[in-house]
Amino acid sequence: MHGDGDGMTPAIELIGIDKRFGSVHANKDVTLEIAQGSIHGIIGENGAGKSTLMSILFGFYHADKGEIRVKGQPVRIKSSSDAIALGIGMVHQHFMLVEPFTVLENVVLGAEGGALIGPALDKARAELTRLAADYELDVDPDAIVGELPVGLQQRVEILKALFKGAETLILDEPTGVLTPDEADHLFRILGTLREQGKTVILITHKLREIMAITDRVSVMRRGEVVATRETKQTNVEELAELMVGRHVLLRVEKGPSQPGETVLDVRNLTWKDRKGVARVDNVSFSVRKGEIVGIAGVSGNGQSELLDVISGITRPTSGQVIFEGKDIGILGDPRHVRAEGLAHVPEDRQHRGLIGSFDASENVILGWHHEEALGKGFRLDRDKVVARARAEMEEFDVRPPDPFLKSSKFSGGNQQKLIIAREIKSNPDLLIVGQPTRGVDIGAIEYIHKRIIQLRDEGKAVLLVSVELDEIRSMSDRILVMFAGRIMGERGPGADERELGLLMAGVAKDAA
Amino acid sequence: MDLYVELLASTIRMSVPLILACLAGLWSERAGIVDIGLEGKMLIAAFVAASASAVYGSAWIGLILAIAASVSFALVHGYASINQRGNQVVSGVAINMLAAGLAVVLGNEWFREGGRTPALPPEGRFMPFEFPSLDDIPIIGPLERVFLSHSILAYAAIALVPLTAWALARTRFGLRLRAVGENPHAVDTAGISVAALRYRAVIIAGVLCGLSGAYISTSLSSSFVRDMTAGGGFMALAALIFANWRAYPALGACLLFGFLQAVGNFTQGASVGGVQIPVQFINMLPYVLTVVLLAGFIGKSVPPKASGIPYTKDR
Amino acid sequence: MMQARGELPHWVDVGLIPLINLAVALIVSGLVVLIIGENPLEAMWIMLQGAVGSLKGWGYLLYYATNFVFTGLAVAVAFHAGLFNIGGEGQAYMAGVGAAAVGLGLEFLPWPIVIPLAILASMAVGAFWAWIPGVLQAKRGSHIVITTIMFNFIAASLVGYLINYWFRPVGKMAVESREITGAYIMSFREVAREFFGVRIASSPLNFSVFLAIAAAFAVWYLLWRTKLGYEIRALGANPSAAVYAGIRPDRIIVIAMAISGALAGLMAVNEILGVQHRLVLGFVGGAGFVGIAVALMGRSHPVGIVLAALLFGLLYQGGSELSFAKPEINRDMVVVIQGLVILFMGALEYAFRPWVAALFFRAEEK
Repeated sequence: MHGDGDGMTPAIELIGIDKRFGSVHANKDVTLEIAQGSIHGIIGENGAGKSTLMSILFGFYHADKGEIRVKGQPVRIKSSSDAIALGIGMVHQHFMLVEPFTVLENVVLGAEGGALIGPALDKARAELTRLAADYELDVDPDAIVGELPVGLQQRVEILKALFKGAETLILDEPTGVLTPDEADHLFRILGTLREQGKTVILITHKLREIMAITDRVSVMRRGEVVATRETKQTNVEELAELMVGRHVLLRVEKGPSQPGETVLDVRNLTWKDRKGVARVDNVSFSVRKGEIVGIAGVSGNGQSELLDVISGITRPTSGQVIFEGKDIGILGDPRHVRAEGLAHVPEDRQHRGLIGSFDASENVILGWHHEEALGKGFRLDRDKVVARARAEMEEFDVRPPDPFLKSSKFSGGNQQKLIIAREIKSNPDLLIVGQPTRGVDIGAIEYIHKRIIQLRDEGKAVLLVSVELDEIRSMSDRILVMFAGRIMGERGPGADERELGLLMAGVAKDAA
Repeated sequence: MDLYVELLASTIRMSVPLILACLAGLWSERAGIVDIGLEGKMLIAAFVAASASAVYGSAWIGLILAIAASVSFALVHGYASINQRGNQVVSGVAINMLAAGLAVVLGNEWFREGGRTPALPPEGRFMPFEFPSLDDIPIIGPLERVFLSHSILAYAAIALVPLTAWALARTRFGLRLRAVGENPHAVDTAGISVAALRYRAVIIAGVLCGLSGAYISTSLSSSFVRDMTAGGGFMALAALIFANWRAYPALGACLLFGFLQAVGNFTQGASVGGVQIPVQFINMLPYVLTVVLLAGFIGKSVPPKASGIPYTKDR
Repeated sequence: MMQARGELPHWVDVGLIPLINLAVALIVSGLVVLIIGENPLEAMWIMLQGAVGSLKGWGYLLYYATNFVFTGLAVAVAFHAGLFNIGGEGQAYMAGVGAAAVGLGLEFLPWPIVIPLAILASMAVGAFWAWIPGVLQAKRGSHIVITTIMFNFIAASLVGYLINYWFRPVGKMAVESREITGAYIMSFREVAREFFGVRIASSPLNFSVFLAIAAAFAVWYLLWRTKLGYEIRALGANPSAAVYAGIRPDRIIVIAMAISGALAGLMAVNEILGVQHRLVLGFVGGAGFVGIAVALMGRSHPVGIVLAALLFGLLYQGGSELSFAKPEINRDMVVVIQGLVILFMGALEYAFRPWVAALFFRAEEK
């Protein structure tokens, strides 16, 4: 009935879109057709190029090559205002709202119609009443946006787009911040929009959503559209496989693990953000000596927050982090957590793991600078710092092996080796590692993997968080999958990737 | 009785430059550009107004050139803050010093009076209105002296308060300007130029500081002397914080601070319940109140969220 | 070695570009001199002569530089922690009260005891005056730029009150304290006369200059050779990495501000104990603000700060000589130069970088 667009001009055509950011080929010759009056899902892992593609359509970036057609007409979209004028609206993952403004003021911003905003506000008020009735988009027009719950803020974003005459609405990971009820409501709204003839492009990594509401789905992987399917004629298994792809296992040599006693025991851990959303939701698991536990998941599903709580950067809202028999969650202080024997390779090496303007030697002591071995009392003995840096840089083959070079001048792989060296050489009982090989060249990846496994073989415990499924599968002795702040299930090493993909997309939930 | 009339009239006179500078800060900071350089722009404007008026014999020419000078300083600040994404506080400090130095150096060269400008004749000044016929009428006379004995610039300053409030709340420009100070990304994705909006805000701040400086040297006084603004720009900044970046409260805060200045000028201190309060405590009161407010002990003052942060598109 | 495009070698970033910025500031200053109808080169020559052409000139130069080293170090320590302390002026002013209170109040003690106590008092009061904004920033989130500005004005009134009501002897007209007769820091001139029987040119240069050198060394040691200094720099350079490393921002903010204030407070030692020998109104005279220019120019490194302080000492001394020789050029010309230095070396720090980079890579491609 709807969504097929048979015989109709497509709402949007993207033809041969190509985009590079420096050395990253974000979109490779992407061709995509979005039918009028349909809900078109775009699915893919992190970094598959979904958001870049949509940002090009919305005029935020420019394609290096390719053509965009709106209703059959070739167009040039140089800025967001061009896109808006062509009837394209976008709901960004991070809302573009002015928080102290009322709903009405947010809606008219950029579409005031004249020098005075009075008439536009009146028009918007009338329009909002109509839209509320048509699409279940009820929001108090005079409410202050910053005081609204996230679900309503998102409605304001949709209203903004519709008020500006959007015929095609792009939603980028719209349910990431929503409760299940709010998400269901959103899907009803999207369904109504389709019935009224609007076109919806839904970017998501959640298969459940794709199956629930889309008419057609395109799968992106590594910058390419690898398949487009009628939703009715596909299933979650096929999509998961298309999304993850057939990867070769990375070359990692490791024997079976010989787990010993439990080192880390996380019990019913919950962490809520300022808005009260549980980003880590009642998580329980343990890590034993001599094993690597991997946490898989699409980024933004609570892994970062989990690492922050375990490493003491943030305090849990409830639950316990038992490390060697002691609750370290209540310490809420990375310095004390380190002193207990826990080392942490942070996910974000540029912003957390290194101080770019410091030289390598000063980065080699970051977090461990209180050690008496580096200088008695208040003193910091430069010679000892440099000697440690030299030794670690040599052992971990950091190039160039210059302790006086600013850390920002090293390549990504060597920066990461510097951090790995620092944390492993602190001789921890537990190493927690976030995204150890993000943006790292292949040689360094192999080396970093080798060192982590070596640490395991020495009888130490490792907790590994990565969005790279290959990495998780090749490194871990046990695999946990996180989705929406929860652990979806546990699998053994070399688990079937399709199955993991389903868990990552929030489809199947084990009785854990 | 006469003393109180004079005190109230003086309150208004002292408040006017604060109001203008405070509104200047309001326009700039609501757009997300922190302006520590109000003082400098006022000072250079005061100097140029007095100099030009002395040379050309017209207060109006003085005013126009004062505005031009202040706006050019504002544009330097805008260039550093918007195009170069420099530190806005550092830029403001530089502008204050530059203005303080240039005013004296140029004044000394042009008039050879150690930085002072020649005394202006009445036609070179914005003179207060006078209604001598009303003076002796009870009630009306004192009211006339409090409210009607000011120059045109004072009334302009007062009128600019509702104008500013209205423009910010009701016009397209005001809406976009407020938005750019809170979330420039929202403005950018709505297809509006962030830089153009901020430049306009910075220029308005320049014009208002120009008015403020001209008022000080050609209406309140009849010549320019070094450091004439005496921290007025910073007091305006304090008033702005006190007013929580809103126009009508800004008027109230400036009147309060102006009143304290008037009291300080009138007496060597005031006496409350028989206890003598030294004038220095009256002088520091605006700043103490602002710090207490900033510390969140009375009410809460929240600056525009994006103020002081240079805008860059993500990635 | 070929550099990646957009990457400039270290010496260009820390050496050449700051020099270009300084040169532009000085050239624009020269234009101002040209505008008032004088010859900038001649003016520069007079300034140089006035500052380094005689022993007296040197004495004044070093005396000014002593003040600027203290206030420059104060700004720099806060900068390293990522804080902008505009309050050096008020901190130094308040510190003068501490110096004078000890210097006058403990006069009955021998000077080897009083002077160290007076120095400590200056540091303590200066530290206190910076500590409050530090605490307000750390605990209540009050923006330190605004609070330190406010504290300058509060100090101005408060010290005025204290001099008027507490320090001024009954019946004295001038608004100043009585003279510190016992425990003041001797000038070089006095030492030469008293101990060596030699007459040297009159200048306010006194033994505080060694305190300035010691302070510069101490700041270097603190920042680059202690764990606390490491934490201060880490917080300023990358706050989220600092948190990851277990460094507590609130604690470091408060400590860094107190150290900064103590350094600004030392300026009062030079001025009150070394030169004025009494507490006088407005003795700081803008030195706190010069500290901002000195810190920016010295790139917040003690060696750079000492050099920048010497340059500003030269400008101040040379500037006053210049205004004697050429009344057309007011001595506030120095303030103009100061403003231009802050503008070009601070706010427009990167303005010329793209040009330099373009030139650099073009040269390299050849």
